[in-house]
Amino acid sequence: MGDLLKESLTWGHFLIFVLAAVVMLLIVLGFVTYTILFERKVLGWMQLRPGPNRVGPWGMLQTVADVLKLLIKEDTIPQKADRPLFILAPVLVFVPSFAVIATLPFSKSLYNADLNVGLLYYAALSSISTIGVVLGGWASNNKYALLGGMRSAAQMISYEIPLVISVVGVIMMSGSLNLRTIVDGQLGGIWHWNFLPQIIGFVVFVIAAVSELNRTPFDLAEAESELVAGYFVEYSGFRWAFFMLAEYVYMFAMSTLITVLFLGGWDAPLPFLNFIPGLVWFALKFLLVVFFLIWLRGTMPRIRIDQLMGLGWKVLLPLALVNILVTAAYLGIING
Amino acid sequence: MIRTEELLLNVGPQHPSTHGVFRIIVKLDGEVITEAIPVMGYLHRGTEKLAENLTFTQIIPYTDRMDYVSAMTNNYCLVHAVEKLMGLEIPERAEFLRLIVMELQRVASHLVWWGTYLLDIGAMSPFLYAFRDREIIINLFNELCGARLTYNYMRVGGVKWDAPEGWIDKVRRFIPYMKEKLEEYQNLVGGNEIFLARVKGVGSYDAKTAIAYGLSGANLRCTGVKRDLRKDEPYGIYDRFEFDVPVGTNGDCYDRYLLRIEEIRQSLRILEQAVEQFPEEGEIMGKVSRVLRPPVGEVYTAIESPRGEIGCYIVSNGKDKPYRLKFRRPSFVNLQILPKLLVGETMTNLITILGGIDIVVGEVDC
Amino acid sequence: MSQDNKENTTPENESKKANTLGRVQEKETEGGKASGPSDGGKPSEPSDPPQLERKGSPDEVKEAKAKAAAAARARAQARGKKAESAEEAPKPPSPKQPLLDELTAIFRQEVAEDAVEEAVINEINDHLPTVTVKNEHWYRCAETLANHPSLQMDYLENLSGVDRETHMEVVYHLYSFQTNRHYCLKVKTDREKPSIASVTPIWPSANWNEREVYDLLGIDFPGHPDLRRIMMPDDWVGHPLRKDYEPIDPEV
Repeated sequence: MGDLLKESLTWGHFLIFVLAAVVMLLIVLGFVTYTILFERKVLGWMQLRPGPNRVGPWGMLQTVADVLKLLIKEDTIPQKADRPLFILAPVLVFVPSFAVIATLPFSKSLYNADLNVGLLYYAALSSISTIGVVLGGWASNNKYALLGGMRSAAQMISYEIPLVISVVGVIMMSGSLNLRTIVDGQLGGIWHWNFLPQIIGFVVFVIAAVSELNRTPFDLAEAESELVAGYFVEYSGFRWAFFMLAEYVYMFAMSTLITVLFLGGWDAPLPFLNFIPGLVWFALKFLLVVFFLIWLRGTMPRIRIDQLMGLGWKVLLPLALVNILVTAAYLGIING
Repeated sequence: MIRTEELLLNVGPQHPSTHGVFRIIVKLDGEVITEAIPVMGYLHRGTEKLAENLTFTQIIPYTDRMDYVSAMTNNYCLVHAVEKLMGLEIPERAEFLRLIVMELQRVASHLVWWGTYLLDIGAMSPFLYAFRDREIIINLFNELCGARLTYNYMRVGGVKWDAPEGWIDKVRRFIPYMKEKLEEYQNLVGGNEIFLARVKGVGSYDAKTAIAYGLSGANLRCTGVKRDLRKDEPYGIYDRFEFDVPVGTNGDCYDRYLLRIEEIRQSLRILEQAVEQFPEEGEIMGKVSRVLRPPVGEVYTAIESPRGEIGCYIVSNGKDKPYRLKFRRPSFVNLQILPKLLVGETMTNLITILGGIDIVVGEVDC
Repeated sequence: MSQDNKENTTPENESKKANTLGRVQEKETEGGKASGPSDGGKPSEPSDPPQLERKGSPDEVKEAKAKAAAAARARAQARGKKAESAEEAPKPPSPKQPLLDELTAIFRQEVAEDAVEEAVINEINDHLPTVTVKNEHWYRCAETLANHPSLQMDYLENLSGVDRETHMEVVYHLYSFQTNRHYCLKVKTDREKPSIASVTPIWPSANWNEREVYDLLGIDFPGHPDLRRIMMPDDWVGHPLRKDYEPIDPEV
């Protein structure tokens, strides 16, 4: 892929790129489909019930059935809602989620774009989704949606900062914002992976990531038992599916990011296991992160908005800053 | 020019967390509540008016449907009042059966409260665990009287059905199982940081306010007032059993949570003793005439239901139908403190506080 | 347990057997109908004649039933006569009589000479002292109940309205945590414009109870902070719990 990018752009190359994007899209959609099923199954098992098991063998076609149902539903737009904004909001939430996948590397040779500022690109684009959420909350002309949208905006903005700052330590250690370079710096086995030296950064990043994804315990924007689905309460049919899709694609993207930044990307945990292709290791670590996110959802209660703000600003941010300080001091001593 | 407006939000009548068809009109300033006005009556079925045209035994199924989560105690409340009015004696075995089903009902009701409270707070799994355990109790009741939710079990003078073969053994086996599960649940939820942060210090009031507002049950005991009708004004055979009455100190939602969990433990303790002392043989129905004609007079009796003090006030004019029947419903009285508690709280705490009061709307509306 | 059909005519088992007999007979004659006590029929007297056959033919059983009913009626009459003669003997004073006297004395002293209309002990209800107070003195009485050092009734257990056809009354059941006393207070009011002073300022738990009484019986409570309907819809006409309530829409 990298070589193709270095050559000049011909029609043939363009077609290959488009094809690659479509394939990527299909893989991500496939992932989303089966993650939704996986989540429902895992939650079910944690709650002593089997989860979906009627549609298709072992419930495999459940999400397909759900998506079909959503597609054929009536497209309701509330009468007093702000129409253009109402229609724009899901798009604004969804498009950046796909766009960020461009910079994510999945194995040594499987990557889309080798941006030198890959990490920054990710952080920047994922912030655009916040605008979509607020827009959705406002345009619905519903007080619950507005409350949910406001809460969500506050939450996402507050947690962007610890998210990015906690990664600064990793950037300092690898010397680059390029995601492939960051993974190259972790090759050699589990003791080289970033989560061990950067343990504080790892913990802060995971917590902030769960908050960015709007998942329990930080899912107050869509708190089912309080705001009755928060900012997407007025959305039905496929518009609602867009929001859900965006959430799961972000889960994909965030899990990939955690794997790449802290868990060694496609590196095998023990050097002699390198005969197993990198993609398999990547997939295993990635699935572990996804499982952890689902596990959290089944176990934790929800945190309150003021406690959430307190956690973000008073705990995570100082910790992330301390992390930078310690890393800088360490690097200064080592290098110098 | 930026200005802020007060937001008028309607919580309910259709809402996943209002525990029934119940509406609160909330005036919000951002996330802070400035005023909360509860509106009820959506589930008013006119039980008290209907009762004036029904004989006492015919009223018993209506009591089931008032507090449908804890139907046995409702049955007992009515039946106890009539028995007091008529001065009836209840056979020993019937008394034991009544006590056992009432304490099992208390465990089941508190389990439902626990599961739904945690669901409101955001944890999804304990709801299913609670219902799995409640399923065992419901199956026991099903074996006993044929119904899972609305039992119509007690009669004036005794109970309707006798315990089938092996039923007492099943109750006996349930007790250690439930004790073990309680420990598990305490490990799962009790120490959870997020949960503690959500309930500690939320919705607290002092003993004087609680007494003035007529609160009862765990809502009163969480402030330190030790009042449990099973101990203070014993009815049935409660005075034969040893159990503690847990009392809180801070009067907040966490205390109420701990109290109800402890009440489950105490109920299991009573059940243990009752099952040991259960008489092998006996009548389940006392000597009662077919047509119940209480003498002219009136009576007010109250018992301890899982929600608080449920009372029945009967005015009888000598006929077989009551002249006036009034139920003092604990959820109705306990809910009065909600508007006072909610001023100054956030929307999230509304759900926490409302869940902590433990209401059943069927009882609020009667 | 009570379904066992042992042939035992010793006196201790007679009553047990009689109940069994009653039920077995009922099963046979009424063919499996649910034995609800509300279908009228013969009352199960404790001392049925022991020579009744258990599985006789329907005629014999009917005869026996009629004989038993006649015998029961005769016995009941005799018992009634005995009870009347027993009533003539004076009853022992109730243990709660001093509490009742104290309350009436306090009312007489603090409120008004004629504040108390009636003071009885409700024996059936665990000898509950029941005092009927005049409507115009009710608020002062309530204040006395709450504040007087030997009363300190701080807990309003129950507040209910009763529609006695000639008048309406409201019944208050009070309890004191300090002095561990129970009292029952009644206040009467007329039917045309029923009105009783609200005690919400004294006991806040009366708030919704009074609203309910207003909603269902139509009694006005001057002094209540927010008297409006609570159970019925706001635009309902009439007060459903009244004895003379005619719904505007008979279908409802």
